[in-house]
Amino acid sequence: MYLPTSHAWAEGESLGAYLDKRGVSRRDFLAFCTEMTAILGLGSMMTPRLAQALAAQKRPTVVWLSLQECTGCVESVLRTAEPTIGDLVLDVVSLDYQHNIMAAAGHHAEAALQDTIAKNRGEYLLVVTGSVPLADGGIYTTIGGRTAKVILEEAATGAKAVIAIGACAHWGNIQAARPNPTGAVGVDAIVKDKPVVNIAGCPPIGDVVTATIVHFLTFGRVPALDYDGRPLFAYGARIHDQCPKRANFDAGQFVEAFDDEAARKGWCLYHVGCKGPATYSPCPIFLWNTRTSWPIGAGHPCLGCTERHFWDTMTPFYGRLPDVAGFGVERYADTFGAALAIGAAAGVAAHAIATGVHQMRQRRKLPVLETPSQGQGGGHGQD
Amino acid sequence: MAKTRVVVDPITRIEGHLRIEAQAEDGRITNAWATSTQFRGIEIIMQGRDPRDAWAFTQRICGVCTVVHAVASCRAVEDALDIRIPQNANTIRNLIHGMQFVQDHVIHFYHLHALDWVDVVSALSANPADTAAIARKVSLWPNNSETYFREVQNRLKTFVGSGQLGIFSNGYWGHPAYKLPPAVNLLAVAHYLEALDWQRDVIRLHTIFGGKNPHPNFLVGGMASAINLDSRATINAERLTDIHDMIARAQRFVEQVYWPDLLAIAGFYKEWAGIGGGTGNYLAVGEFPEADVRDPGSLYLPRGIILSKNLSKVWPYDEKLVKEYITSSWYEYSKGDDAGLHPYEGETKAKYTGPKPPWTYLQDEQKYSWMKAPRYDGRPMEVGPLARMLVAYGSGHEGARALVKEVLDRLEVGPAALFSTLGRTAARGIETVLLARRLSVWYDQFVARIKGGDTSTFNGDKWDPARWPAKAQGYGYLDAPRGALGHWVQIEDRKISRYQCVVPSTWNCSPRDKQGQMGPYEAALVDHHPLVKPDQPLEILRTVHSFDPCMACGVHVLDATGGLVTSVRVQ
Repeated sequence: MYLPTSHAWAEGESLGAYLDKRGVSRRDFLAFCTEMTAILGLGSMMTPRLAQALAAQKRPTVVWLSLQECTGCVESVLRTAEPTIGDLVLDVVSLDYQHNIMAAAGHHAEAALQDTIAKNRGEYLLVVTGSVPLADGGIYTTIGGRTAKVILEEAATGAKAVIAIGACAHWGNIQAARPNPTGAVGVDAIVKDKPVVNIAGCPPIGDVVTATIVHFLTFGRVPALDYDGRPLFAYGARIHDQCPKRANFDAGQFVEAFDDEAARKGWCLYHVGCKGPATYSPCPIFLWNTRTSWPIGAGHPCLGCTERHFWDTMTPFYGRLPDVAGFGVERYADTFGAALAIGAAAGVAAHAIATGVHQMRQRRKLPVLETPSQGQGGGHGQD
Repeated sequence: MAKTRVVVDPITRIEGHLRIEAQAEDGRITNAWATSTQFRGIEIIMQGRDPRDAWAFTQRICGVCTVVHAVASCRAVEDALDIRIPQNANTIRNLIHGMQFVQDHVIHFYHLHALDWVDVVSALSANPADTAAIARKVSLWPNNSETYFREVQNRLKTFVGSGQLGIFSNGYWGHPAYKLPPAVNLLAVAHYLEALDWQRDVIRLHTIFGGKNPHPNFLVGGMASAINLDSRATINAERLTDIHDMIARAQRFVEQVYWPDLLAIAGFYKEWAGIGGGTGNYLAVGEFPEADVRDPGSLYLPRGIILSKNLSKVWPYDEKLVKEYITSSWYEYSKGDDAGLHPYEGETKAKYTGPKPPWTYLQDEQKYSWMKAPRYDGRPMEVGPLARMLVAYGSGHEGARALVKEVLDRLEVGPAALFSTLGRTAARGIETVLLARRLSVWYDQFVARIKGGDTSTFNGDKWDPARWPAKAQGYGYLDAPRGALGHWVQIEDRKISRYQCVVPSTWNCSPRDKQGQMGPYEAALVDHHPLVKPDQPLEILRTVHSFDPCMACGVHVLDATGGLVTSVRVQ
């Protein structure tokens, strides 16, 4: 991905003309657009518009800054699901600066950055992975002798929009966990004058990044965001409400210890610490790595990594979420269901009852466990 | 001729933030400094946490080798609490880690290292028929036709013609140090692209056992992925078949693409077998325990130490002889800057004394890096594929010996050629072939055990903290793709009281110690090292990339008393 050589594109050529030349049929392209439409939750009415918008695009410039981070988010984007056409669409961009794969180094790399920023002022998309350490004058991350903060501010000034990929760029992530020794903050604590999209997760699923860029190119604006800057098409629902093990939860069928009989049946992981009930994430729907599996699907509790300050609010990871408002029904289902689940048929009944009650409560907008942003290092918009 | 000061910052095509400064004279490098310019403080953050959570925290040290800190952490905690994991869990960890090696080494070769040797622009003038002829001579890979290479070249031509060069902007194209004929450059460019699709496929093994990649999930006491052939939600025959086929595809690509490409390209750069050797001391903690992690005899890649390039003697490794120094690092010790501390006594106070940013040079500074300087019995040690292959070779590992011999014969060079930039890159390939083949052995053992009725993946005897001693400490070793790794954990009142990691890139990127001994990057850069055009430091990239730097790993501190003290002296 991001390899222009694999999908050479002539200057000034539209995507439509380019695809023709590359032997990608209009049918294939529309099939891809349909899939993207589905991921974006737009409904099939939008497919023609998406196809039209993409086909007319020239290659917009993308500048990718890697700041204080582990590079896991870059790796995640390298694993995006659509192997052929997905690469093509990501290749809609001209990636002019990206540390991990660019050929140039040192002065030549920095010259490429300055050049790109100057030539595409007001037009380019800025992608950021990694947090910005503010403590002690920013000395905890420097590139070419300059601090991460200075580099980000300079690159953000001329950007049309900013996409913050991963928990580090979102809110500071593990660096910002108690006691946040380097004063790490996310991008939206620095960039205030233009939209910042937070692709949450440690790391996020690469496909969410793809879809967000497609959205931006198609509609000329960033997708609708939740209270925390996360695109609703991906982060609009709790894991708990989309989980294939939800029926087990409602029926009181819980794993009590790893590798017990319940684990071998693939039952619910709530009792061994699953944070799905407090986590908004597309994991159960998008799945990971070309839709192979996902954490809960592989038998491990969710760590809650799409929520701010999860290293402090979701730990201990194997501790059960506390009883908070909103869990009353489930707790009831827990006890009630466990009694009934002795008989298999009764388990199904319990599922139906608990799910119905839960949905009623959801409709009444009863509170669920929200993740407080009381940790150090600056919450959303510096609170 | 006057000395020229050279700065390469950022070093790109690596993980993290690395700066190299050097001095060059008459086309040679005469002095070098390696600087880590990022600090994250993860071990400070781990204090007071549940030891069972530690793997997730340390895993976030690096998202490239996303397995290694998690497994090392599990091993350290399991050592401290005397937890024995089931054989299945050990095999699953080997499969995950083995695939990490194979995938990571291939990505390193094509996407991080290749552009140091491959001139992309030169591929434009290749005759695709020549490329196909070369490829067919060395490999059975199906994509070896003239048509295929012409297609790749056409894409490249259109791309270069567009004027938007993207990631290839400002490369050192046309530099005289590029030696490959156009046809071989085209071969490498084609496989650069193929490897991108391949890596996405084979790494799904992590997703099956760990739920995702990067950052798959692990578990103290075993693995969370239960085995039940009769459930759709666990490891079952469908999942096993997927794994089996992924291993087969991994092996095919390694043997039919990576290995032949490596040998073909190396043949044009034989002079690099005499450049960039460095310290001459090599450390391997060993990896892939095939029985008990506590038994070094069961390690597939053996443990040991080679000193002064002497392959006839492999010395035993003792973790007690590891100490870290801060003479050149932005930290202070209560015993003074010249003291060396074992990780169990590790203490750290970050103390930045460098110039106030923005700055130009660090080479005149006494302290110049966020990396500490680990030393083994006082010596700087190189770690990584070369160290492991040398230790394996010296220990009589049959597979390693055969492949080392194949490389030396093909290149018509003697064993001394191994101690070099080229040797490092070749060793990574040798290791990849060995491990890709070994994955099948582990897979077969795994299936045989399940067939025999053993489906256990977790030992929960010590899961409950009430069963832990009031105080415990443990050591978890692991040899990662980039080299020897150690985690040292101390647990008090069921919480982490001290956590120290000594990681591959700290060994390799370490700055000078109190004796002034250079770290391995620095020593390699002044070992018969050319630099023809100081404004286009291609040769520096070759040697630094041959180590496969992973900088996020390198910087870590946890104060013994829990108090982080940071003071900053700004010039």
